[in-house]
Amino acid sequence: MCGIVGLFIKNPALEAELGLHLSNMLVEMTERGPDSAGIAVYDGGATEGEVRITVLSTDPDYSWEQFKKEVREVFGESSKIEMNSSHAVLTLQAEARTVQGWLHHNHPELYMTSSGTNITIFKEMGLPVDVISRFGIEGMRGSHALGHTRMATESAVTTSASHPFSTGVDLCLVHNGSMSNHNRLRRRLQYHGVEFQTENDTEVAAGYLTWRLQEGDTLDEALERGFDELDGFYTFAVGTHDGFAVVKDPIGAKPAILAESDDWVAMASEFRAIATLPGVESAKIWEPEPARVYSWFRN
Amino acid sequence: MSEIDLDKSEIRDLNATLHSVDGKKGEKSFKVVNPNGKHNIAVGVDGQLDITIEGHAGHYVGGMNKHANITVTGNAGAGLAENIMSGVVRVKGNSSQYTGATGRGGLIVVEGDAAARCGISMKGVDIVVGGNVGHMCAFLGQSGNIVVCGDAGDAFGDSIFELNLFVQGEVKSLGTDCEEKEMDAEKLAILTGLLERSEIKADPNKFKVYGPGRNLYNFKIDNAVL
Repeated sequence: MCGIVGLFIKNPALEAELGLHLSNMLVEMTERGPDSAGIAVYDGGATEGEVRITVLSTDPDYSWEQFKKEVREVFGESSKIEMNSSHAVLTLQAEARTVQGWLHHNHPELYMTSSGTNITIFKEMGLPVDVISRFGIEGMRGSHALGHTRMATESAVTTSASHPFSTGVDLCLVHNGSMSNHNRLRRRLQYHGVEFQTENDTEVAAGYLTWRLQEGDTLDEALERGFDELDGFYTFAVGTHDGFAVVKDPIGAKPAILAESDDWVAMASEFRAIATLPGVESAKIWEPEPARVYSWFRN
Repeated sequence: MSEIDLDKSEIRDLNATLHSVDGKKGEKSFKVVNPNGKHNIAVGVDGQLDITIEGHAGHYVGGMNKHANITVTGNAGAGLAENIMSGVVRVKGNSSQYTGATGRGGLIVVEGDAAARCGISMKGVDIVVGGNVGHMCAFLGQSGNIVVCGDAGDAFGDSIFELNLFVQGEVKSLGTDCEEKEMDAEKLAILTGLLERSEIKADPNKFKVYGPGRNLYNFKIDNAVL
């Protein structure tokens, strides 16, 4: 069991409240997974020519000052490095791949939670309420966000095995369920050049989507193909640079509720998370059908 | 009527209150407000009570119900009226997965749609759905009746024992050993009675009825993989 939530803002006036509403939704899902929590926020932070990468260290005494110095030496003095608890958000004038390669070779002790122009991911062990407070999620603004609260079944309770998982630029995925064919699929995806940082099953699903999108599939096509190739129980909520999607596997054992109002689209493992949103009384509320892709995109 | 506000009261306190009365003397009628998707509302009630839940309820609402008449004015989550024994549980909106699972008696009415596995392993309950049902409806059901006024999803009536499954709309696919039956007078009377009791308007003559082929009662050596 895990709890997943997603919020996609349609009315730009509500963007300032994204973090607040997502936080309320995630806290409501605490009983579905008290092991760890994570949040992906899309806020359009980086500008043209910039990349934004988020890294985390599990060492509380990590020497961030030394790291910052190195980043500025390599990527220039204009590099922005914002610390947020155990995470550092880097906004650099560089290609995502260059920064990833540099981190991989020079700082293998750091775990990269996200890369892209729009996405930032924060994750930690502990209760959602504590993780939210630690990173100041309630004050964050943006266009869409995903959250996950984890009850581990397939791999260890660690910060790096917490969701959301991001394996591609601005792509992330949260998962309630468990994958059955992740070991074999991981090897296949590695052959196609997808890189993984953990042994976690959900990271493989994220990697699969990354690969399909690289191959030219649209998000909907990639998820449709996933019904045949991703074996297991899942409800996924997926974020991309400008999109938000929800799917349930064909057997559809894992719960999910969708709701849409004039101002937002929301998904959650259970309705009680959606009940926290403003205007829910007049929203359309429904249960997604198994093996059907639901997606929304920013204009 | 007694009103219980779930913004102010805990579910356990609500259920303890409902368990403390039998409906014969004392308070008989209860209104529950601000359910907001909370789980286990009005579970294990064993009295002739009228309970109205105003809004959307979470998982297992009305579970194990005996005697009570429970109405949810919004939607209900997974496991609505699971293992119901008697009484009536009505949802004016939609219900999630495994509505009425293992139900042994009583009546469940979902005025909207019921999701996957509605009536799974049912053992005597009657279920009337005003809209559609999802896949694997009635899977492994042993006795009772299901009425679907809309369409039924894949593997409808898979591996059932002795059920009557009435459908007005389309059936996407029938499950193993489920087949169409003749709508005889006895079955038509059951259907007509259920539509009346559930207060759902539909013409019984427009329904088809499905039931077990009874080919699964005995082991067949031809089905074994040797």
